[in-house]
Formats: sequence, C-alpha cells, structure tokens
Amino acid sequence: MKLYFKFFLMHLKSRMAYKRSFFFSVLGRFLTSFTTFLTIVFLFDRFHVVKGYTLGEILLTSGVTLLSFALAEMFFRGFDSMQVIIKDAQFDRLLLRPRSLVFQVMCQMIEFGRIGIVVQSAIMLIIGICASGIEWTAAKALVLFLMIPTGTLLFSSLFLLHAAICFFTLEGIEFVNILTYGAREYGSYPFDVYGGALLKICTYIIPYALVQYYPLQYLIGRTDSVWYGLISLLAPVFFVPTYALWRLGVKKYKSAGS
Amino acid sequence: MKAYFSYFRMRLIHSLQYRTAALAGVATQFFWGFMEIQLYRAFYSEHADAFPMTLSSLVSYIWLRQAFLMLFNTWTFEGELFKSILDGNVAYELVRPADLYFMWFARTAAVRVSKTLLRFWPILLVAFLLPAPIGMQLPPSTGTFALFMLSGFLTLGVTVAFTMIVYFSCFYTVSADGIRAILTPVSELLTGGLLPIPFMPAFFQKIITLSPFGAMMNAPLRIYSGNITGIEAGKIMLLQLFWLIALTLVGMLLQRRGMKKLMVAGG
Repeated sequence: MKLYFKFFLMHLKSRMAYKRSFFFSVLGRFLTSFTTFLTIVFLFDRFHVVKGYTLGEILLTSGVTLLSFALAEMFFRGFDSMQVIIKDAQFDRLLLRPRSLVFQVMCQMIEFGRIGIVVQSAIMLIIGICASGIEWTAAKALVLFLMIPTGTLLFSSLFLLHAAICFFTLEGIEFVNILTYGAREYGSYPFDVYGGALLKICTYIIPYALVQYYPLQYLIGRTDSVWYGLISLLAPVFFVPTYALWRLGVKKYKSAGS
Repeated sequence: MKAYFSYFRMRLIHSLQYRTAALAGVATQFFWGFMEIQLYRAFYSEHADAFPMTLSSLVSYIWLRQAFLMLFNTWTFEGELFKSILDGNVAYELVRPADLYFMWFARTAAVRVSKTLLRFWPILLVAFLLPAPIGMQLPPSTGTFALFMLSGFLTLGVTVAFTMIVYFSCFYTVSADGIRAILTPVSELLTGGLLPIPFMPAFFQKIITLSPFGAMMNAPLRIYSGNITGIEAGKIMLLQLFWLIALTLVGMLLQRRGMKKLMVAGG
C-alpha cells in the first residue's frame, strides 16, 4: 500500500510538470461527460419519463455508473495498455520484480485526467440524489454507497479481462471495448430500458445489472426487499474467472519483445 | 488539380491496408447503433406523439451515422500532421510545387474516404436485413437519394475544412492537445453525433442550424429519410456550400499567415 502511494505521488508529480496540458485534459474529460448529461436533460425535457423512470432517477443511475467507471479507469487503466506492455517487453521486467503482477501493472499508469469525469459524475449523482424524490434512509444510503466500489471492481475486472486476452492475441481487441466503454455509454439508463434480453445478459453473463439495475429498484422503492440492494456485493465475484484467465495467460506468456 | 487528385489516390490506397482494425470498428459501431436504437424505441413506445421525427427516419439516421462515422466525424485527426507543424517538418512541404492547404485537404479527405470504404458496407448490409422497426429503410425516392449523395459530399468538404482550421491553428498555439480535448466533445454534441438535432430544445436547434456544425452530418442524414425535403433541403445545402467556402477561406488564411511567420531553425 505504501509502495502504491509512492507510485501515486510519482505519477501525480510527472503529470503536474505540464500543468496546462493537464488542465486541458481534465477539462476535456469534464466536457465529455457533461455532454452525456446534456443529452439526458434534452431527452427528458421532451419526454419527461421513460419506463417509469424520471429525470432524477436517470441522473442518479448515470452518475453512479460514470463515477465507478471513471474510478476504475483512473486506477486500472494500466491493464488497458497491456498490448504495449507485452509488445515492448516491459512485462519481462515486471516478472523479475518481487511484487504481484496485478499490482505492478496497476502502478504502470494512473490516469489523473479522469478526475474531470469523477467531478462531473459526482455532481450528476448529487443532483440525482436530490431530484429523484427518494426518501433516504440509512439502508438506502448504504445501498447507494455500495454501488460505487462494487461497480469499480466490476469494471476493473473487465480491464483485467482485456489484459488477459492480450496474452493470447498480443493485440488489444477493440471488441472488448464494447464491454467496457459500451457499458459506460449505455449504463446511463437502467438496463431494462434496452429490453428484457439485454437485462438477462447483463445479469447472468456480465453482471452490470447487479451494480445498477437491481439496487436501483430498491432505491426508488419498486421493491422492498433489501436483497435487491445488497446484490451488488455479488458483482465482484466476476473477478474470479477473469483472474483465472489472467493467471493462465501469465503462465502461457512467452516474451514477445527483443 | 490533377496533382491533388493523385495525392488523394495515393493516400487512399495507403490507408486501405488497415483491414483488421476496420473489422473491429465495424463490430463496435454496429453494437453502438443497436443499443442507441433500443434506447430511442423505449422513448418512442411511450411518447410517440412527442417524437420530432418518425421512428424509421431516426433509425436510418442512426445506422447511416454509424456507417459513415469515419467520413463525417469531427474528431479524427492525423497525429503526423500536428507533429510536422510542431517540429518544423512542415517546411519540407514548402519545397513541393503544390499548395500546402490543398495537399493536406486532399490527404485528410483520402484518409476519411478509405476508412469509410472499409467500414460502411457491412454495417449497412446488416442494417438493411434487420426486420422492420430497427431495420434501415430505402430512401423515399431516387431524387432524395441524389440529394443525400450531394449533401454527403458537401458534408465531407465542410468537415475537412473544419479539421484544417484545427491543424493550422497549431501555428499559433504550441500544443494541439488542449484544443482537441475541448473541441472533440463540444463538436460531437453540436453536429448531432450524440443526439440528432431535432431532439434538442428549439432554441439550440436554431443556433446550431445556422452554425457550421449544423451544416455537417446533420444535413445528409436527415435528407436521406425525408426528414428534410423540398425547399428546406435546398436551404440547408446552400448553407453547407456557404460554410464550405467560409471555413476553407479561414483555414487558408491561418495557413498563409502561419507560414509567413514560421521560422525554421537548424539544418
């Protein structure tokens, strides 16, 4: 942990060396998620409600999803550049060091530019909390809070999955972006909006709905069962198969660089 | 003119090589389009009366946008061109007996066309095969299709002229990253890349329609399905022509003035 903090400071310092470029990249990220916000507001200005969800409830969903994704991206982005790490044989160096590989890849990159999204999605979340008309209780606050770290873990597992696949293909696979960036893009709306089939996929295959749709049903009072709220705790189980695949990849790894 | 055209062909053939990347792009674009259509269908099933365009118009709009994303987007830039301005290599271009602005114009257009040639047909093919509510429809008449093609050419021109301004503004700012970071999300919203312009509040629609951003993908994608017809179509295409000329002049001015004050150090 102490070592990670050191890396954290190191990345922060190196980023701060170019303050203007850092500022613009944060501003750019902020604007990107701000356009998502505007799109939602424009649509609800016209239609007011979709599948019974109000603007406040959608902003809440969107805020939670974006925030957990931005946090995952900020700290686990190293896995997304695995193809580079493998191709120029940086991975060989990592293998030599007496630390866990996952930890080391994590330390390769910390994306501070994502703070722009974190800030914007936090604002969206706060607006959502106020505007959704939910009567907040301690249990509901806990459920909402749990959605964020569990979501971050789920998205991080997907980055790990992408990295694990790189061991077998040596190339990044753009298709995996559908699973990560697609979920960010379309996770603004509860998954039942897209139809029942998609909700099933997001429940049983890649458990996005566990950190988004089901807890939301509890928050907005469509169900009284607190289990719907706490089901998000099951989502990190997705880490197990992805980690297994990663281990398999590491085992199979033959250096690709020179 | 012939020189620029052969340069266009050269770059076109060059970038046609990247086929695997295109395949991955096709899958992603297709999925994106599908999800977006599902979302709008949810809105449509409850509020058909508040819809500013017919569902089939919207579906065609989304599929066309996904198919021609590489042709019409405002965020594809070549890092090489920025670099050549920043490290002074642009001076070599002066040696050539051709105009720098039009060389780069041809090059940028060629890259866009080649990327599109690899991607658009599989997306459209599947989109046409899909069943009624989410499938793509043929345009109402051959005349509409002709207008769509013409407007599409104008859009390519306006969009490339816009990116040229971004390239050449690099003469005046040291780094392009800042401008790109801000322009990317803003222009994507304003061109209707995230939300078709008819879905925006009336006030925004008015401003955007008159701005250069309304003269980009907005025009052909709405003309195709008959969302814009008759005199309106003529008007928007005149606006496109106006912005093509205006943005080209601004870009040329930026380039001429930038080159004048450019000093190249080293030998």
